Order: sequence, then C-alpha cells, then structure tokens
Amino acid sequence: MTAALEVEGLNRSFGALQVTHDVSLTLERGARRALIGPNGAGKTTLVNLITGALMPSSGSIRLNGEDITKLSQEERARRGLARTFQINQLFRGLTVLENICMTIGERDGHCNNLWRSAGARRVVIDEALDHLESLRLVDDALKEVRELPYGRQRLVEIAIALAQKPRVLLLDEPAAGVPSSESHLILDVVAGLDPDIAVLIIEHDMDVVFRFAQAITVLVQGAVFTQGTPAEIMANEQVKAVYLGQDGHHGGGHG
Amino acid sequence: MAGNDISSGPGNAGRAQARHEAAEFLLRRHRFRPAEALPWLIAIAAFFVFPDRMTFGSQVLVMILFAISLDLILGYAGIVTLGHAAFFGVGAYTVGLASARLGWTEPISGLFAAAIMAALAGFISGWFLLRYRGLTLLMLTLATAIMILETGNFRSDITGGYDGMPGLVFQPVLGMFEYDLYGRTNYLYALAVLAVVFFFVRRIVYSPFGQALTGIRENVRRMHAIGSPVHRRLVTVYTIAAAIAGVAGALFTQTNAYVTLTVFDFDTSAKVLVMLILGGTGRLYGAFIGAAVYLILEDHLSKLSPTFWQFGIGILLLVTVLFARRGILGVIEDLGRFRSWKGRIRMVPGRIVWSNVQWKGIGMAAFDGALIGLAVGFAANVGRTNLLWSWFVTEPLSVLAWTAAGAALVAAINIGYLVYAERSATGSTPR
Repeated sequence: MTAALEVEGLNRSFGALQVTHDVSLTLERGARRALIGPNGAGKTTLVNLITGALMPSSGSIRLNGEDITKLSQEERARRGLARTFQINQLFRGLTVLENICMTIGERDGHCNNLWRSAGARRVVIDEALDHLESLRLVDDALKEVRELPYGRQRLVEIAIALAQKPRVLLLDEPAAGVPSSESHLILDVVAGLDPDIAVLIIEHDMDVVFRFAQAITVLVQGAVFTQGTPAEIMANEQVKAVYLGQDGHHGGGHG
Repeated sequence: MAGNDISSGPGNAGRAQARHEAAEFLLRRHRFRPAEALPWLIAIAAFFVFPDRMTFGSQVLVMILFAISLDLILGYAGIVTLGHAAFFGVGAYTVGLASARLGWTEPISGLFAAAIMAALAGFISGWFLLRYRGLTLLMLTLATAIMILETGNFRSDITGGYDGMPGLVFQPVLGMFEYDLYGRTNYLYALAVLAVVFFFVRRIVYSPFGQALTGIRENVRRMHAIGSPVHRRLVTVYTIAAAIAGVAGALFTQTNAYVTLTVFDFDTSAKVLVMLILGGTGRLYGAFIGAAVYLILEDHLSKLSPTFWQFGIGILLLVTVLFARRGILGVIEDLGRFRSWKGRIRMVPGRIVWSNVQWKGIGMAAFDGALIGLAVGFAANVGRTNLLWSWFVTEPLSVLAWTAAGAALVAAINIGYLVYAERSATGSTPR
C-alpha cells in the first residue's frame, strides 16, 4: 500500500538562510503524526512546502503515490490535501454556512457555474450542514464568521478542511490562541477525526501530542532531529535538552 | 460523512430547527425581493414625470451600467482598479469607429461588437495584471488605461483625437424606433439594455462562481488552500466586467452621437469609482443609487455654482467614507433593521414586551429617515421640474414636510417590524 504522503529530501532556502534542511517524513494512510519543535524550527514552513504555498528548492513530495512536487497549491488541494492555518484564514464577512458551501463548491467544481444559483443545490447545503453538525456549529450557521468567538472560529477552520474531504490533513496548531477552557472542544474534534484521513498535527501542548499521536517527528533548525513513538520521544534526553534549552544553547552533540 | 458526533447536542428538535432555518436562508437568498422592483419603477416613472430630461436620464442609466460592471470586480471580487475607463472607452470607440469609418450603424449589433472588443481587452490585460494585487494592481490598471488612451491619441487621424468624432449616425433601434430630439427613445433603449445586463449580472452574483468571487475578496489565501483556481476566476470576472463596461461605453456613444478620447481619461475611471463607493460596493443596487445621486447632484450643483460644484460632491464623499462605509445603500439597509437589536431579525427573542421596546432605536432610525426626507425635499425644490404637486417642489417650507414624512415612514417601518417579529417568532434564541 502506498503511503498517503511521502516527503523526501526537502530543502528550502530564503537567500542564504536554509529554513528546511533535507526533511523526509512519511504519513501512512490514517496516520496520526505530530510535528514538534522549538519556535522557528520551520514547522509552518514545512506545512507551506507540503501544501504548495511555498515551492521547495529541492526534494520531492508524493501524495498517494503521485508526484506533486511541481503542482500548484490548487492542484494539490484538489487531490485531497487540506490544511488549517495557525492564524485563522477564514471568509470573515460571510456566514459560517457560506464558508463551508464555498469549500464544497470549489471541491466539486460547482464554482465554474456562472448561471445556476448557489442556493439551488440542496445537496451542497445539506452536506455543509452535516459538517457543521459534526462540529456542533449548526447554531452558528447563519452568523458571520467575524461575529464568532475565536475558539469557534478555530472550529470553522477545521470544518472547512474537513469539507474538502481530504486524504491528508495538516493541522497547524489547531488550538492556538484558544483559552484552555475551550481548547478541549477542538482537541476532541481532532481526536475524533475520520480514521482514514492521514493527519499531521503541529502542536506545542505535549499532553495533546502524547494523547493524540502515534508517531512524532521532532524538527530543529529546519532539519529532522529525530522521529519515533511518543514513548521513545518522551524518553529521549536530547529532545528534552532541545526543548528546555531553546532559549539558550542547544545542548551538546546532535544524534 | 467525515466527522463524528462529538456528543449529543442540546436537543435534536432544536438542531433540526436550526438546520432548517440555515438551509432556507441559502435557498431563498437569490430570489427577487419586492424592494428590488423599486429602482425599475422609479426609472419608468421618471420617463413620464420628466419627459424633457431624458437625455440626462440616459446618461444616468449609462453610468449605472458602467458602475455595475465595476461593482462586479471591485465589490464582489475585490479587484481594485483605476483603469476601468479603458473598457468603457474601447466599447465607446468600437461603435464610434464602426459608424464613422465602416458605416456599421446598426445599434444592437454594435453593442455586441463593443462587448466583444472590450472583453478581449479585459481578457488580455487581466491575464497579465491579475497576478498582482493592491497598490501594484492599482498602478498597472491605471497605466493600461493611459496606454490605450495614448494609442488613440497617437492615431488621431483615425480616432479624431481629443476633438473626437461628432455627429455619428446610428440606425433606429431594432429598425423601428427613431431617435427623437428629447432622447426618449434613447432612454428606453438604455433602460432595456440595463435591465438585460443587470439580470445577467444578478445571476452571476448569486451563482457558485459569484460566491467564489466573494471568497477571493474575503480571503485569497484560504481560496488557494481549498483548491480554487483563483487566477482563472479573476480573469473570467474581469473579462465579463470589461464586456459590460464596453456595452456601457457603446451606449454612451450611441445616445450622445459623439465620442472623444475623454472617455479613456483617468477622470472617467475615478468618477465611476466615486459613484460606486457613494452608493455602496458589493450590493448590486449601490451602482443605481451612487450613479443617480452623483449625477443629479452634479447637475444641480453645477447650475448653482458652475465653478464650485465639486465641493459638494467632495463633502458627500467625505461623509460617506467616514460615517457610512457601506455607502448610501448601506445606510438604507440599516434603516430597515432595528438598530438596537444589533443582530438580524432571526435572532429576535420570541416575545415582544412593549415596555421593553427600544424607542431610542426607533428614534435614531426616524432621525435617519428625516435626513433622507430632507435630502429628497431639497433635491425636489432645487429641481423644480415636477408639475404634479407643485407645493411639494416649489415651496421652501415643503422641505419640512418631506423631513417629517421621512421620519414617520421609517418609524412606521420599524414598528411594523416589531409587530411582524412578534407574530412570526417561533421560539426564543438567546444570544
């Protein structure tokens, strides 16, 4: 069986600054992998490289066995690669329901239609409402996104990604900016995701990481520092050193 | 289904209700509302009430059409442009040159030719320009319009340069309707074209494609991430808007029977932008209100003070962008809502207790109504063209009556809403 996502030897530089250094990682179908690392390790850059928001200097990316390295962001998204953003990227002036309907419309190619009215497709509306219902957002369906509290907006981020019916989902700090009293709601959603979707989650909260992930990749200064099961990572002294020493020096020898 | 129920919600019946309401909202949104008949009724009424001002009326209709084309790209897709006159000019010169140089004088086929030429210009320039956004795009659109203008200037042997091509001849519309001295045929012709194009634009705006455009306006990064072919969408709408601007330009030439290079001027691009912002962007009818208010004001003010009239327009624009960001139409929309409810009608609590009624909200709305009444009364008095109810348009004191009528009307609408909400509310939805 081909892996859902295979990243091999990915490099990216901004001028002289190499932000991604020979990164390889694999997501099997239905994988639950966490990507951790200190601030500035290049986690979000890696997500941008995988989704095509940035193009790699070298290396390859395969989605379900197909080489997508040269494809645009749009083409990758339509092949089943979805992401959420660390800082909300939503259609703030539109209602929650419209946010989801638009996603479905773009996914299924309805948005090429200039003539038929958007509301005439009952199937789309029903599917959108199903997505909202699964995230308990139905009551907010007709509210404009900007009227919602931040935590609910984070759920809309996830709802949009799910409405893309992705094979691979990249979650960039889904609970970032949400008060801890509400973050459990988001993490419940993450924990309850369809087991067929391969998920890569960037997260700082170690409790979440250890609870959610079957595998962990540690990224330091743009390179894969180590990979392993949660138990292995937890026991790894060097990882601890990197995390504890992130404000000062980076410990001694790298493994 | 991708997701799972996290837990059972606050009652299935409530959720089913919420689902139903949400679906109904989208299902109904594109339907025609009674208020949408209003601009058309006014346009038709104007034909009978101001029979001697039809040339001016045609100009208003042409600019409405032009402003609608701009609304499609600016209001919906969020494309900022200062070169929209380029397409207006291409359309205007297509029928002008066709008539003067080729003897092609049939008006309706002229409109189609203008649409095609302008669409071509829109497609080619859009393909290159729409990779950029913001200030860069603003400068590039401006530069494009200037380049087209200077091309026309360079070949003034063909285009007539800034002296233009006066005395153009066009066949009667549909071979039947001759042009008259008062421009009545022109007015009805322009109104018919406007209606057809507007219907077309309205379909687009409410289509999934139109939705995608608002998505691009709201958040282009997200559109890329959900797999939208953003550049293709933008080029498509830019081409359509260019075609419509071309039709407007062609109508301009046909109804005036002349055209000069001023149609390409920066002034033309800026003017249509001001009109649209005055009326309100991204709401279709903003173009109607903006173009009408701008041109009527220009007409009156330039009579009052031929050298100083732009001052009035300046003040109006200033007030609009400072206090009414969504334009005049936005203010009117607010009037229809109960201000102190802060939300929409559907969030209204189930029961209205009269002692709880926010009279202050009604008062504020009535004040807005009074302002509008005052404006209408003022305009009517300055115009003094209507002979039907002479007191209301010639007697200065009548302005007070207009003001009172506006206030009363808006207050009545608000109280009407209250009663309506009380009757139709099905259950309370605490915010």
